Amino acid sequence: MNGPRAKQRRELLRQMIRIRRFEERCVELYSAAAIRGFMHLCIGEEAVAAGIMHAAGPDDPVVSTYREHGHALARGIPMEAVLAEMYGRTNGCSRGRGGSMHLFDAGHRFYGGNAIVAGGLPVAVGLALADRMSGRPRATVCLFGDGAVAEGEFHECLNLAALWRLPVLFCCENNLYAMGTAIERAQAETDLATRAASYGLSSWAVDGMDAVAVSEAAERALRSIRGGSGPCFLELRTYRFRAHSMYDPERYRDKSEVQEWKRRDPIERMSTLMRDEGELGDREIATIESEVDKEIRNAIAAAEAGPLEPVEDLTRFVYSERS
Amino acid sequence: MTKTTYREALREGLREALKEDDRVFMMGEDVGRYGGCFGVSLGLLEEFGPDRIRDTPLSESAFVGAGIGAALGGLRPIVEIMTVNFSLLALDQIMNNAATLLHMSGGALNVPLVIRMTTGAGRQLAAQHSHSLEGWYAHIPGLKVITPSTLEDARGMLLTALRDPDPVLLFEHGSLYNVSEELADDAGAVDIERAAVRRSGKDLTITAYGGTLRTALAAADDLAAQGIDAEVIDLRVLRPLDEAAILASVTRTHRLVIVDEGWRSGSLSAEIAARVAEKALYELDAPIERVCTAEVPIPYAKQLEEAAIPRPADIVAAAKRAVG
Ligand SMILES: Cc1ncc(C[n+]2csc(CCOP(=O)(O)OP(=O)(O)O)c2C)c(N)n1
Repeated sequence: MNGPRAKQRRELLRQMIRIRRFEERCVELYSAAAIRGFMHLCIGEEAVAAGIMHAAGPDDPVVSTYREHGHALARGIPMEAVLAEMYGRTNGCSRGRGGSMHLFDAGHRFYGGNAIVAGGLPVAVGLALADRMSGRPRATVCLFGDGAVAEGEFHECLNLAALWRLPVLFCCENNLYAMGTAIERAQAETDLATRAASYGLSSWAVDGMDAVAVSEAAERALRSIRGGSGPCFLELRTYRFRAHSMYDPERYRDKSEVQEWKRRDPIERMSTLMRDEGELGDREIATIESEVDKEIRNAIAAAEAGPLEPVEDLTRFVYSERS
Repeated sequence: MTKTTYREALREGLREALKEDDRVFMMGEDVGRYGGCFGVSLGLLEEFGPDRIRDTPLSESAFVGAGIGAALGGLRPIVEIMTVNFSLLALDQIMNNAATLLHMSGGALNVPLVIRMTTGAGRQLAAQHSHSLEGWYAHIPGLKVITPSTLEDARGMLLTALRDPDPVLLFEHGSLYNVSEELADDAGAVDIERAAVRRSGKDLTITAYGGTLRTALAAADDLAAQGIDAEVIDLRVLRPLDEAAILASVTRTHRLVIVDEGWRSGSLSAEIAARVAEKALYELDAPIERVCTAEVPIPYAKQLEEAAIPRPADIVAAAKRAVG
């Protein structure tokens, strides 16, 4: 019951529950107007965040998108810093200047939080270039959605990273929709792993509803990248259970489709598997839930108590402050 | 003093930067084997190797963004974009990442990146290779915009830009590369904060920068022959603008002619005029004059191109109107 495999599964499960409960709470806080702006949830996609971050090393830079709460939490950015950011407070991980879409944390090597679709890919390529030129054995983890595959920057970056054999793990969270546009309405070839492979890099598709599969695929890819074989591309096939953002009447998909995917809920699936194999009982689940609940309560308290930046400081951080 | 060219002065600046700091590297289209599309980096590949003088594919957005990432990763990249028109393919990276990351991250992530590019008209390259968009970039908080117009600045601005913690855009006017002049043997880093008075005068102020400085100085010579003593200010830095230098000169001369190779509408010239109107209106003895590029895409035909961009005669005429 306590072997390394069980430990890994328990950790993946715990991260997924943290992310799920956190975002469920964020919906309430959004309705209460404590959180404003655009907010994108990853409910349904937690296996990707948990699996990828489990595989990544602490020094590996991470570049993400506006749908990054899960990535940030699984990466280890404290929940209170994430929530305080969404509250716009100075104890937020971006001092309240970024909000939900722009979480940054230099210490955790978390480089955003980019709300331009595909805009983070060039930055990831550059971080990898810096590591390579400085002889640091790291790999940059770059997360983005299926929508990004239609952007020019995606193609420029896969080509450049493959050409220079840079240590980048491209992680495409294919949730089948870019806002309201279903993938087959936007991409002439919907097999994204095959398209990526045309750039001459290793590429494969993974069940993105299975945190263990995601984590193992990412570990394998990272091993290959660190071994000097150049970048890898993972297509993580997943689904978002909620709306694109908080303003989305979801006219573009059938409720039955959502219901169908919910039967593959990554959290349900993992806990069922662990129960079946005798790795998990009700007691452990209750413990995880109550730890997470406490963490969320503490995060809310910290966010509420967080100071607001005085407006006199409005124009700070446009240029570096030199001491 | 040694006779050299603007191009060679730029190259010496690059060479010194590469020697001084091994975090510095350069990348862009044809910067290596070809020697740079305007020959600026000729010979640097042989001297510093392909790791530090990197030829990139035709992917402006990817390699400009890679420069941003490499800067975040601790290096000091110099990214070359062939011309400002092509920089529009990387505008997302420049505006949405380079200029915003420091602020969006609450001060945690600065981007010490230098982007060099060619700008300006005068070589019959028509409407996709001749525009002067540096004034647009000067609109963006988070960027610094510098425009070396002299050999000394071509030699020295890059070094200072590389020591800056934030992104700096360096614009080289295409008509300047072959300019040949004397340059001090000990020329080195220069400030990138202040405007410079390139010619003192008491009757009026002419502001110019980059490629238009020489045009303005030629006009000032003409004016002198007609008994009008013009002061010529080289802005040098378009963002942040050295407003104090402009206001001080206008306070001395009480007349202002602004020369700008950008289009007049919504331009840097409009910004300067507005600031003078806001802060020194009562110093003015005549309406502000502007000499800008005509509001057309730059045409190919020589006579049309010449008519489109600021010429000495246009500046002389504007100065005479101002002096009355
Ligand atoms: C360059 C750009 N174009 C359009 C948008 C508006 N937009 C925001 S999210 C989104 C959908 C992106 O879909 P995908 O990449 O699949 O990611 P997902 O939202 O599904 O996680 C769009 C079109 C944007 N932010 N950036």
